[in-house]
Amino acid sequence: MYTASDLRKGLRVKIDNEPYIITEFNFVKPGKGQALYRTKLKNMITGSQFERSFRSVDTFETADLREKKMQYLYKEGDKYCFMDNENYEQVYLTENQIDEAKNFLIDNIEVEILLFEDRPIGISLPNFVELIVTEAEPWAKGDTAAGSTKPVKVQTGYTILVPTFVTEGEKIRIDTRTGDYLTRVKG
Amino acid sequence: MAESSLDYNFSLARKSQALQARAKLIQSIRLFFIHHGFLEIETPLRIPSPAPEEQIEAIPSGNWFLQTSPELCMKRLLAAGYQLIFQISKCFRDAERGNKHLPEFTMLEWYAAGFDYHQIMDQCEEMLITAFKDMGHNQYIVWQNKKINLASPWERITVADAFLKYAPVTLEEALVQDKFDNILVDHIEPQLGINRPTFIYDYPAKLAALAKIKMNDPTVAERFELYIGGLELANGFSELIDANEQRQRFEEASKARTRKNWARYFMPEKFLQALQAMPPCAGIALGIDRMVMIMADARQIDDVVAFTPEML
Repeated sequence: MYTASDLRKGLRVKIDNEPYIITEFNFVKPGKGQALYRTKLKNMITGSQFERSFRSVDTFETADLREKKMQYLYKEGDKYCFMDNENYEQVYLTENQIDEAKNFLIDNIEVEILLFEDRPIGISLPNFVELIVTEAEPWAKGDTAAGSTKPVKVQTGYTILVPTFVTEGEKIRIDTRTGDYLTRVKG
Repeated sequence: MAESSLDYNFSLARKSQALQARAKLIQSIRLFFIHHGFLEIETPLRIPSPAPEEQIEAIPSGNWFLQTSPELCMKRLLAAGYQLIFQISKCFRDAERGNKHLPEFTMLEWYAAGFDYHQIMDQCEEMLITAFKDMGHNQYIVWQNKKINLASPWERITVADAFLKYAPVTLEEALVQDKFDNILVDHIEPQLGINRPTFIYDYPAKLAALAKIKMNDPTVAERFELYIGGLELANGFSELIDANEQRQRFEEASKARTRKNWARYFMPEKFLQALQAMPPCAGIALGIDRMVMIMADARQIDDVVAFTPEML
């Protein structure tokens, strides 16, 4: 059992017998009003999302979920194939279930596959991944204001805002929880 | 995970831009009020009795408390004959931390004798348009990919109309179901101030502990809030000047606080006494940190302060 003050991004709860993941979470307090936790929830089976604010006294059941380490193999149509490294069994997730994780999926990356009553329903990535910049405008030294950003494309096709000094071919570390650029990685 | 020196410089440059915007904004605000005949004042941060409000918890400091706002002291000055006053000060609220909340934050608060809440909205609009201009934003500002037109007049919409326009239920239904705050947060706030700044006004009387009740409609108080890009920036009202009614509201709020096991405050007797001499007036409190977020296109409040509590 959770109360609303336990909520955080990434926490999984059970609402109406279905597992939900909190995709956005914020403390809010409208002027002179009560403290609320504003969340965006995603149904982990259907992928449907909704926004709702909770009060600190609201409670939630825990969802019966477990995670298993698996390796990403390949994509076939709109199915993503993963292999259980213990028993070599293969499981599949749909594009919908993969969602934003597809931005950070590279071959052979080890991920956690979520099982809801032994059914594969989702994926959780390592918090940080390192991806190669495949398309970037060159950095013209001195012609941009300090602190400004530019969009670049990484090897998964994902477009991300980075500082202007990042160049094509460089490897960058990305926080998969926010999708934000963190730093360049040498070598 | 060594950051490269370029990355380090990048984050420093961002913070530096925000801190420069903060300094410039505060200078612009000061000049505006000085030019409009306001006296800048300072009142104590440490006070014996904060206003007992149902949803705001003060941080203890010895046997006293850190102010949650300078409201009570500033109103005592109004009662003492100071007609136009402003203050930029730190305020403290316990357990308020989020991407738009800091437990210690900077507030601009000003009061004008003889004003009502619409006049103070007018002045707020004029002051902020001046500040936007001083900072190079003449027509519009872009905040978090939202382009907001700054031209006067800004939008004004009543709370009841905002419910009709944006919410799945009416204001009355939301109040009966005790869902006012939830509906406001889920459905209304994200729509406010999106194309141009929005004042939302005439709040339910119960949600305005220190505001005057509207003459021709006792269900609402003459209270308003300002939103830009969905971000709440300021709260103001025509001030309640009836000391008996104010005492009654404080007592009700104290009871509600006791039910929640919140700290018990002494009744602010000196304030209640002063209220008997306070002229009709209006006042407003504006969050400086959030205004800097708008000016510096910052996503979270952490980006516009030199240090967050977590960094100390």
